Amino acid sequence: MKSKLLAASGVVAVAAAALTGCSTGPAEASCTNEILQPDATQVSVWAWYPAFEQVVDLFNETHDEVQICWTNAGQGNDEYTKFSTAVESGSGAPDVIMLESEVLSSFSIRDALVDLTEFGANDVKGDYTEGAWKDVSSGDAVYAIPVDGGPMGMLYRKDILDQYGIAVPTTWDEFAAAAQALKDAGAPGVLADFPTNGRAYNQALFAQAGSVPFAYDNAEPTSIGIDVNDDGSKQVLSYWDDLVKKGLVATDDAFTADYNTKLVDGSYAIYVAAAWGPGYLGGLSDADTDAEWKAAPVPQWDAANPVQINWGGSTFAVTSQAKDKEAAAVVAKEVFGTEEAWKIGIEEAALFPLWKPILESDYFRDLEYPFFGGQQINKDVFLEAAGGYTGFTFSPFQNYAYDQLTEQLYAMVQGEKSSDQALDDLQASLEAYATEQGFTIE
Amino acid sequence: MTTHTTLSAPPAPAAPSRRSHPEGGSKLERRRQRWGWLFVTPFLVVFALFLVFPLFYAFGMSLFTSTLATGTRFTGFDNYAKAFTDPLFLEGLGRVAAYALVMIPAQLIVALAAALVLDTLATRLSRLSRLLIFAPYAIPVVIGALMWSFLYSPRFGPSATLFDVVGLPAPDFLAADSVFGSLVNIVTWQWSGYYMVVIYAALRSIDPAVYEAARIDGANGWQTATRIKVPMISSSMVMVITFALIGTLQFFTEPVVLRNIAQGAIDAAYTPNMYAYSLAFSYSQFNYASAIAFSLGILVFAGSYVFLFLTRKQSGLK
Repeated sequence: MKSKLLAASGVVAVAAAALTGCSTGPAEASCTNEILQPDATQVSVWAWYPAFEQVVDLFNETHDEVQICWTNAGQGNDEYTKFSTAVESGSGAPDVIMLESEVLSSFSIRDALVDLTEFGANDVKGDYTEGAWKDVSSGDAVYAIPVDGGPMGMLYRKDILDQYGIAVPTTWDEFAAAAQALKDAGAPGVLADFPTNGRAYNQALFAQAGSVPFAYDNAEPTSIGIDVNDDGSKQVLSYWDDLVKKGLVATDDAFTADYNTKLVDGSYAIYVAAAWGPGYLGGLSDADTDAEWKAAPVPQWDAANPVQINWGGSTFAVTSQAKDKEAAAVVAKEVFGTEEAWKIGIEEAALFPLWKPILESDYFRDLEYPFFGGQQINKDVFLEAAGGYTGFTFSPFQNYAYDQLTEQLYAMVQGEKSSDQALDDLQASLEAYATEQGFTIE
Repeated sequence: MTTHTTLSAPPAPAAPSRRSHPEGGSKLERRRQRWGWLFVTPFLVVFALFLVFPLFYAFGMSLFTSTLATGTRFTGFDNYAKAFTDPLFLEGLGRVAAYALVMIPAQLIVALAAALVLDTLATRLSRLSRLLIFAPYAIPVVIGALMWSFLYSPRFGPSATLFDVVGLPAPDFLAADSVFGSLVNIVTWQWSGYYMVVIYAALRSIDPAVYEAARIDGANGWQTATRIKVPMISSSMVMVITFALIGTLQFFTEPVVLRNIAQGAIDAAYTPNMYAYSLAFSYSQFNYASAIAFSLGILVFAGSYVFLFLTRKQSGLK
């Protein structure tokens, strides 16, 4: 009898311990940050910006009727997977979500995002660059508020280039010559990496040569234009294929542990990067202690007609599952809509603002970055890159398009097909997929 | 009425009781059954909620088609027809079949050899070896795959240094043609220990008198092993091969983890399970993904059934 009692009490204890895991709090999700006004409307936000908690606290301190409840639901595809599942199931999505501009049409086509023009989006249109606003609009509808961008420049290791007497390239022809010179001089590393899984990076390189791969407008959601094997893309890809075949660039997958190590130990002398690249570099450990990084404009095909390109960049969108869309729109518009918030974003998170009042300020232009030895990289490189960017249209199945691009590029660097063939095959597979998904191809 | 309980065998619900009651068992039996049901209920609830209900829901989903441009509509078994003619699905199937052909014999040979040797020895070392061979199974699959991904990495792994010692160039473990062998290696390392334990337990249950009789008849160690031990544990072997077959056909975790560092060599549709996963979570095609998952399930079921049928004599299922 005694042992039975003991066993029973043991079971109860274990059950009690297990059940304490179930929350008995209010229905609102648990927030990583503190809510300062418990009576105000709470807006749930998913975002992965570094140092974002400070920005959220700033917003909560300055807004009495709306409070942000923030969670980091994962970075990039991790967050998109959760959001996609929540959209499919009809519940579980946050009120406001951080989305890179390349996936906006993938979600707006599933009616997952709210058109913000009814909630005063056009009031803030003037605060953003033309290219940035185009990325978040589709026809007359605006699906998100821009936050940061990724204008591209070229980060190079001055110490390595000086050591081998190589001039900083300004055109892609000079870049190829520099790669050859570096190899001839017997350097242990290569000039740069050409990742087959570069995705948006590779797309940006093609765009620089005039490629407009997709024509899509949410007003006519069932028709799409696909042109990925145009002359510009073919020119760019055959250029890189040539460098790969001569062994002048590496073909390592980007954003792996191996790649990170090679970025900072001198295996790549040049990192063609977006404006968030310096933040990324700075966060990597085991860097070369005598590395001297500097920024320069991205190489051009035609020095007389420079074309600026963009890689990445994120926005805040209001989801159609938001309970109070008005409050959610306020959050989307104002969370990164003050100078103070942007000072945190720039200095702590190394973001590149698309918000004009700070983008065009003297503070930002003259900002010296200690990682670059005090160089004013915005003045030298990124402001011009951002100003010249005119926007880009992505497909509503961009994830699939990128996976296909990775497959074709990999086949090309393995020597299975020529660069032209790779792009032609990509065109065929994307057309087949679009037809299968019910799109009419323009 | 006596209240003795026999300790050797629990009362089976179907076993006739000598004191059987027209309403199905004595009062004691019914009380015991109620306790039995009480203990099984939590598991049944979880099982129904997380396995049975989602299965039916997914099957329902697979009967619809939802495209990005148009909406969702009922299409019956069209998705299944599409799945069985989908080159990516069929390629993935061929690939896991190739894996099964290589991995199952590899795991079995290692497991069988280890179990036989450890069964013959009875030293302290054999107990330690048993533990060491089983240890990889205790490591969660994802962690094991992550560890191996670092070992395979040209930068962080030991291959560069090791091959330097011999004077050969280090092979690239993550290239398209070598990733097969790399994955086989990971799975064999992890699962051989588990199968070894199962086979070892079966070997332990053989009556030692049989070995004595074999020795009298003049059988040496090798003959004892191949002609006596292996046939006597054939039912365990069949069970082990069935588990291995089911697991290999559903190959998912290791390729997904390795894909993070070998995105070119392992594509999104490398195995049918990965294809279903990409379809659902990368491309938002949930309905077709359910159809692919069910198609794979049907094939695995068919494969296991055929295998068990062909080995019914060995496995004792006849």
